[in-house]
Amino acid sequence: MGTVAAHGLRKSFGKVQALDGVTLDVPDGSFFVVLGPSGAGKTTTLRAIAGLEKLDAGSVRLDGRDATADAPAARDLAMVFQNYALYPRHTVYENIASPLRARRCSASEIATAVEQMSSLLHIERLLQRRPAQLSGGEMQRVALARALVRRPRAFLMDEPLTNLDLKLRVEMRTELTRIHRSLGATFVYVTNDQVEALSMANQVAILKEGTVQQVGTPTEVYERPANKWVAGFVGSPPISLLACHAEGDRLVGADGWTLPRPRWATAEDGRALLLGLRAEDLSVEQRGDASLSGELYGLEPLGDRTVVDVRVGREILKVKARPTVTGTPGERLRVTVDLDRAHLFDADTGLSLSEVGR
Amino acid sequence: MAVSVDEAVSTGPARDNPPPARRLGGRGRSALEVALLTVLAVVMLFPVLWMIETSIKENRDVYAIPAKFFDFTVTLEHYRDVFVAPDGGRSALSVSFLNSVVVAGVSTVLATVLGVPAAWAYSRFAVKAKKDQLFFILSTRFMPPVVVVIPIFLMYRQVGLIDNKLGLILIYAAFNVPFTIWMMKGFVDEVPAEYEDAAMLDGYTRLQAFWKFTLPLLVPGIAATAVFALIFSWNEFVFATFLTSSDSVRTAPPAIAGLIGGTTTDWGLVAAASVVFALPVLVFAYLVRRHLIAGVTLGAVRR
Repeated sequence: MGTVAAHGLRKSFGKVQALDGVTLDVPDGSFFVVLGPSGAGKTTTLRAIAGLEKLDAGSVRLDGRDATADAPAARDLAMVFQNYALYPRHTVYENIASPLRARRCSASEIATAVEQMSSLLHIERLLQRRPAQLSGGEMQRVALARALVRRPRAFLMDEPLTNLDLKLRVEMRTELTRIHRSLGATFVYVTNDQVEALSMANQVAILKEGTVQQVGTPTEVYERPANKWVAGFVGSPPISLLACHAEGDRLVGADGWTLPRPRWATAEDGRALLLGLRAEDLSVEQRGDASLSGELYGLEPLGDRTVVDVRVGREILKVKARPTVTGTPGERLRVTVDLDRAHLFDADTGLSLSEVGR
Repeated sequence: MAVSVDEAVSTGPARDNPPPARRLGGRGRSALEVALLTVLAVVMLFPVLWMIETSIKENRDVYAIPAKFFDFTVTLEHYRDVFVAPDGGRSALSVSFLNSVVVAGVSTVLATVLGVPAAWAYSRFAVKAKKDQLFFILSTRFMPPVVVVIPIFLMYRQVGLIDNKLGLILIYAAFNVPFTIWMMKGFVDEVPAEYEDAAMLDGYTRLQAFWKFTLPLLVPGIAATAVFALIFSWNEFVFATFLTSSDSVRTAPPAIAGLIGGTTTDWGLVAAASVVFALPVLVFAYLVRRHLIAGVTLGAVRR
């Protein structure tokens, strides 16, 4: 068992409201990612679950039991810190053994467990070193081993891959997913990297300024963002948002363009809307009825694809294209829109209107 | 994408921690620097040299005019007089040295034991009006001891702490606790709180986390702070003079000062007593010099 439920977490640091009613329900055995920009309250949420942060309000339930007042040690959780927090005076062996020593395991139990963990993470040859003698990737592994050496209720991970270089980060993503699968344990994982979130998570909670914006599977969060902020935060290149309103069977842009109104768009005429278009749902190479006219603003070759910036009125559309696409800035072109995959948001509240009709 | 862990480890660029390039004085001192340093050294060290010389001269050489720098008879009789009374028993001075050791030692231990956890608390916890409290603590060091010695004398008289070693221990500890808190807070701030967080998640209590993981990292700071506290208590003169009177309680500074005056002053004895008085702090500071340097160069503490 390993369910973690945080309800209505509130915490302020002086004038800053770090958590403003955060509610998360982490099911047993899930890889639950808390995603958000820096300062969104992700780390504070995790520390609150761990019992390292005293809450102003709210409750933390572990396996259904109220643990809000419990000391960290009593919560039976393990945590990997962003800066790893390896004990500098202790060897790697002692670092990994620490959770077992604290729980008064026998020397032979400790030796077996440390050996097992170090071979799982391939750090056997580092056991007698001290943290200062390790590389970033090695420290990360040791920190992971210290957490995994026990079988706690849940594992908390605070941006564990942030301090690694890109190549190692990609490798460790695969590694962590593998470990999660083989342990079947609950992971609560904090990151500001949407690629990590989308590639590793069963469930993603998106946090902004201490409030949860949306909880869902990576696909749900990407395909059906709850509001314009989530739509803009998840996805790279970011979604393009065009101001418009509905008029009969057409969508009329603030810049004068028109598109056929999608069947699912039930918003009443005249209401201020934002049309959200993802780069991959736009094309400069295909022909179609639904298209916008604009001029080429710039090309961003990314190897496997090229992002074409197209200016429509005063807005820039990011369009995904084949890497072979060419053009000169200023040239007129038409952008075909896949309206079935477009998103509509209320311009005032920012909330998604796409769900209603679909 | 299947990447073996071995590859991941071996290809990951090691994040090296090169030792910081340090300039250690260097050989290229200018002649002016050398000259200035020599002059300063002579000015600073001459009294010390004179004290040591006086302590090993016979009395008639001490008063010789012109002064004898090198051609005097060496004697250790003054040092004997420091420790042995004329009747063969323990001298009053040796008792005062013992008192100094007890008073300085106990008050330093007391200040450290009280100050270090307090500094930790001020560093780690959200304390109401923390800045005001810290300022208040510091403010007790603003005034010179002379200012408060009369009120303290009166208070001590009420509670019977006059001419009592405990009285001196308490007042020295009271002076050293604020100092310890301020020094140590800086050191505790330097130690990342994450070590304690990690330890608490490992299953330790907060106090165990502090004791097992933070305290060992604070040892250099504690050593430096304790040396300063010890030096203060060891050298303190004003309170010792006002609050003690009997030979059995008196610490060394007023006892040595008491040798001067009267009809004749035995300068040889004064010098010998001063040397004996100066030695322990020098030796102690030498022993912990590495910690001391790490301690006084705040911010250079290794994380």
